[in-house]
Amino acid sequence: MKFVSEFRRSELADGLISQIHRQSKTPARFMEFCGGHTVTIFRYGIRQVLPPTINMVSGPGCPICVTANADLDKALALSQVPDVIIATFGDMLKVPGSRSSLQQVKADGADVRTVYSTMDALKIAEDNPTKSVVFLGIGFETTAPTIAASILQAEEREIRNYYVLSLHKLCPPVLRAILDSGEVKLHGLICPGHVSAIIGSHPWDFIARDYGIPCVVCGFEPLDILQGVDMLVAQIENGESRVEIAYRRGVCPEGNQQALKLMAQVFEPCPAHWRGIGEVPDSGLKLRRRYQHFDAELAFNINPGPTYERVGCVCGDILRGVKTPADCPLFGKVCTPQYPVGPCMVSSEGSCSAYYSYGGGLGG
Amino acid sequence: MEGVLEDKILLAHGSGGKLAHELVERSFVKPLANPLLAKLDDSAVFDFSGRLAFTTDSYVVSPIFFPGGDIGKLAVCGTVNDLAMSGARPLYLSLSFIIEEGLPQSELNQIVNSIQKAAREARVEIVTGDTKVVHRGSADKLFVNTAGVGIIPEGVDISGDKARPGDRVILSGTIGDHGIAVLSQREGLSFSTRLESDCASLGDLVAEMLNVSPNIHCLRDPTRGGLATSLNELAKQSKVSIRVEEEKIPVREEVMAACEMLGLDPLYVANEGKLVAIVPAEDADKFLTAMRENNYGKGAAIIGEVRAENPGRVVMETCLGASRIVDMLVGDLLPRIC
Repeated sequence: MKFVSEFRRSELADGLISQIHRQSKTPARFMEFCGGHTVTIFRYGIRQVLPPTINMVSGPGCPICVTANADLDKALALSQVPDVIIATFGDMLKVPGSRSSLQQVKADGADVRTVYSTMDALKIAEDNPTKSVVFLGIGFETTAPTIAASILQAEEREIRNYYVLSLHKLCPPVLRAILDSGEVKLHGLICPGHVSAIIGSHPWDFIARDYGIPCVVCGFEPLDILQGVDMLVAQIENGESRVEIAYRRGVCPEGNQQALKLMAQVFEPCPAHWRGIGEVPDSGLKLRRRYQHFDAELAFNINPGPTYERVGCVCGDILRGVKTPADCPLFGKVCTPQYPVGPCMVSSEGSCSAYYSYGGGLGG
Repeated sequence: MEGVLEDKILLAHGSGGKLAHELVERSFVKPLANPLLAKLDDSAVFDFSGRLAFTTDSYVVSPIFFPGGDIGKLAVCGTVNDLAMSGARPLYLSLSFIIEEGLPQSELNQIVNSIQKAAREARVEIVTGDTKVVHRGSADKLFVNTAGVGIIPEGVDISGDKARPGDRVILSGTIGDHGIAVLSQREGLSFSTRLESDCASLGDLVAEMLNVSPNIHCLRDPTRGGLATSLNELAKQSKVSIRVEEEKIPVREEVMAACEMLGLDPLYVANEGKLVAIVPAEDADKFLTAMRENNYGKGAAIIGEVRAENPGRVVMETCLGASRIVDMLVGDLLPRIC
């Protein structure tokens, strides 16, 4: 089975593109929530092949980008605690906090290790019984269940030197916050594929119902996105607003019940601070009381110090879809993937990185 | 002498003393047998005439054994390929080991065996070498450094600054095989794949291309940083732009799938047995035919062309018919987190 190349076939793409051009009459602005979608859109030049009626804006769907400096500073402070090993997914290494980055503290001697799964972090804890391992729990609903699973494993295997800094974020609440702010007028939403694989499509129902905005859950190949755009255009031209799934191979309306159960067992919702958006109620996850002994923030007495934001960086506005990377005075000048100023340039799924790397300003 | 050598490499094996001599004699000189090396003088001494190509590279791949090769084969092929990319016929290599104490002797033997095989296939000789053993933790099992010399035939003048507008860009086969094969073996990431590294010496392929015509403008082996980085280097050095078509670039389905899973782009994934050639348009088909006759060029394809506008830029026409920039690799390849 060819799960990748089949979704990149140019003859199928050509058909979808012509159909979108034929169908689309009403000017519309669509947001792709997820950074993975942003990357696909730029990597394949999807904006260039859409009709002028359709305007795509990128959303806040990059977990690294939306992590507030104050939270990054907590991770950096934890790295300075004696005998603490920081275990993290690789994308976090380069992200600058207020004063430093994990990459820099690692070079200065902090024990920071890149892992590919939470179970690797657990193994590091087992292999280093005299040290404490802190896993940086940064991610959306996609990563939270695996972290919940690692905590349950640690509990079962009595691994007492494993901790999690839970900076998880939940997607539906932040979308509500963006829509309520009224800053960006949206006519359609491309809902995240991987997140929806966990939570299903129902959590997006309120957007179609309460805000009248058509929603399509999409996969990450160019044909997935084109199909999603086509379905959004069809809803708009028919005056409908529903939640549809263009990613049936990965998503069902009810989501992954087992993963949701794990998440609910270990975590409970809490307010979370989003870069550029501010505090959003019930948009974060904290450990339930029963599992609080795994909470790194409670276990270690850290003082991250005052938080600084970089002057001139408009990552916050970009994450809300209010500005594009090209509107930022730093973009491409002082802020590049080699020397990133803001997180949207650091993360491979950040809008600025995608825009810069794939030449968003390239035109036709 | 059987039984004198421990089954693990010890610090004493790098001391210059008796154990060190035994190690050199038994593990290197014997398997790599050639008269220049066997003299064990401080330098290898040989005659040659003509224009000389000289290169060096260090190998720190982890793990040291991977599907389709190991650090030894990689060290020979890598240096042979660097010579071949100047159009040189590779002749002699040096070989230096930095060994972390505790490396099993059997693993060292296995690596020296594959060095011997790779050198024989590439028709190069290992004529000088060195061994150091360092404390545990000061190296990761084994690091290898090789240098190499080769002779450039008359009339051949290949360099990264010679691409001209109108030239065609030829790629010798599928991209990303080596990087993904190695990644599939990394601790904490192991996934099962039948994919093997493409690690191979390209000296013969280049020689056969030069038989078609000495007029090859540029050659590059897209190793670290992948095809994207090589194309960018060539575009910048030659002050031209390079336009490639996504659909013409051969990528194995399993590489594509692994890249999707890991959040990588095959354009940036390392190759160890591929080359990209920039040749005059009128000769492109002849080069292509010759390349396809060689075992390591069977999958060769013309993937794009050189243009004058926007010098230094690499642009790709995507499968949707849109255009996008192909930038150089920034930093290290890291897996995605969501």
